[in-house]
Amino acid sequence: MLSRVIHARGLARTFRKRKEEVHAVVGVDLDVSAGEIVGFLGPNGAGKTTTLRMLTTLLEPTAGTATVAGCDLRTDPVGVRRRIGYVSQSGSTAPEARAGEEVVDHARLYGMSTAEATERGKQLFSELDLDGLWERQPKAMSGGQRRRLDIAVGLIHVPELVFLDEPTTGLDPQARANLWDHIRALREERGTTVFLTTHYLDEADALCDRILVIDHGSIVAEGTPDQLKSQVGGDVLTVTAERPEEAAEVARLVGALPGAEPPQLVETRVIGRVPHGGRALVELVRALDAAGLAVSGIESRRPSLDDVFLGLTGRSLRESGGAPAPAPEEVPA
Amino acid sequence: MPTLLRDTYTVFARAMRMSLRNPAWLLISLMQPILYIVLFGPLLEPLAAQLGPGNAYQIFVPGILVQLGMFGALFVGFGLIAEWRAGVIESQRVTPASRTALLLGRVLRDVVVLLTQGVLLVLVAIPLGLRAPVAGVALTLLVVALLGAALAAVSYALALTLKSEDAFAPLLNAVVFPIVLLSGILLPMTLAPGWLQAVSDVNPFKHIVEATREFFIGGYGTANAWWGVALTVLLAVLGWLFGVRRFRRESS
Repeated sequence: MLSRVIHARGLARTFRKRKEEVHAVVGVDLDVSAGEIVGFLGPNGAGKTTTLRMLTTLLEPTAGTATVAGCDLRTDPVGVRRRIGYVSQSGSTAPEARAGEEVVDHARLYGMSTAEATERGKQLFSELDLDGLWERQPKAMSGGQRRRLDIAVGLIHVPELVFLDEPTTGLDPQARANLWDHIRALREERGTTVFLTTHYLDEADALCDRILVIDHGSIVAEGTPDQLKSQVGGDVLTVTAERPEEAAEVARLVGALPGAEPPQLVETRVIGRVPHGGRALVELVRALDAAGLAVSGIESRRPSLDDVFLGLTGRSLRESGGAPAPAPEEVPA
Repeated sequence: MPTLLRDTYTVFARAMRMSLRNPAWLLISLMQPILYIVLFGPLLEPLAAQLGPGNAYQIFVPGILVQLGMFGALFVGFGLIAEWRAGVIESQRVTPASRTALLLGRVLRDVVVLLTQGVLLVLVAIPLGLRAPVAGVALTLLVVALLGAALAAVSYALALTLKSEDAFAPLLNAVVFPIVLLSGILLPMTLAPGWLQAVSDVNPFKHIVEATREFFIGGYGTANAWWGVALTVLLAVLGWLFGVRRFRRESS
């Protein structure tokens, strides 16, 4: 058994907003071993960021206990801060500063000397493909370069554990794939433990050894990407109704297929699970024809992590990104 | 303690470097007090006899110095909101750095800027006719520094709480304008009718302005001078406590 880098039990956080209590995180148990890359997945408002902010000492838990990198979160937050790196969604550098100076100043807050920080910073720049950008202002960098600069800032003090909050949000596909390589290299070359939040399932699938799914403030599933996918049996049938008012009727027909589970309705899309996709498809087309219902798309496929997610939370991750629910963690207390 | 000093220096040096790298900001912030002296001071010259003891600049310059301390310091929060938005504040808060240092380093930068502006303002007023004892000017600058430090801390604390320029700007304007108008900075409150004087008497900044005017004519032991100093110290302590409390609290 590898040593545990994060060990949390019953971690909870309640915000008081006016007189109302918002239970953003209601009791999270989680364990992360040294050298793991763990993905923390959930729709907006599920409690991802609140949990992350508790584990990085930015928020105090209202209940529960946790040790992070060997230090108790409540009694030794400074010890935790010394040992972890945190790359937040909002970045870490002033747009008009110089990249290298921001990295060095950050390192100095960990007690490193300017000379030591400069040497380590330049080495990180070259590892993260930021060669020649030491004097560049962050505002003159591309989105991908700025993200890698944030990672350099987060890693400058050689933390054993690094938290990445939605590291690839807003990056183009090429920059994302490139960043994934860098995150993998962190673990391979230095044995750094990585805890990252994402709402991209392909990211979790491609990058993570293990996935934790959080919804409504608690962990609803946990496992390797393959384990989670195997929880969804059969095939997934997706039917898009042409007219929104007919979507419910289409859903009824999908649910009536032999062996089908009750389908989910996401806008005009009906997503159902059936034991055998090919056979169900033929039957469904006949039934739709007989009922005179028009559909603009129909497909049968093997389950993906998104289906796991939909089954667990009743929401599609892809939808939740487009229409964010009010996230309690984003409301200033 | 050594960590506090070290962290404060790191934060100060970074803040100072960022300020110096913005020449437009530097020029504008230096021009403003000079414009007051050069474009408004001469208007007071013929009125000096009615305004009290001393020449027009002995009355006007200390007031403008206090105003500089108030405006210069209260508006620094805007910079913090920009830093917060860029993620800098949060990324500094996950380091083991002392929370107090994150505030103190920034406030020190603001005090250095204020004192530079203040000295420049005094130097510009000399050829126009300012005569004042060096000790009095130094004491006034000390008051401005203390006041500026407290108000900068308050400004940062409010900015960190509101996190929005749209909420911060109206709040500042609502508070600053009545305080400035009731402080007798531009014209002494002795010119005001009785009710207005009574209202201005509860404004601590009025007493601070009066104290600095005493300093400029060499009156160090008067009741006015002591009141002003006592109120400055009180405001400094309160403002500082308010700022530090907010910076120590978890970020939310």
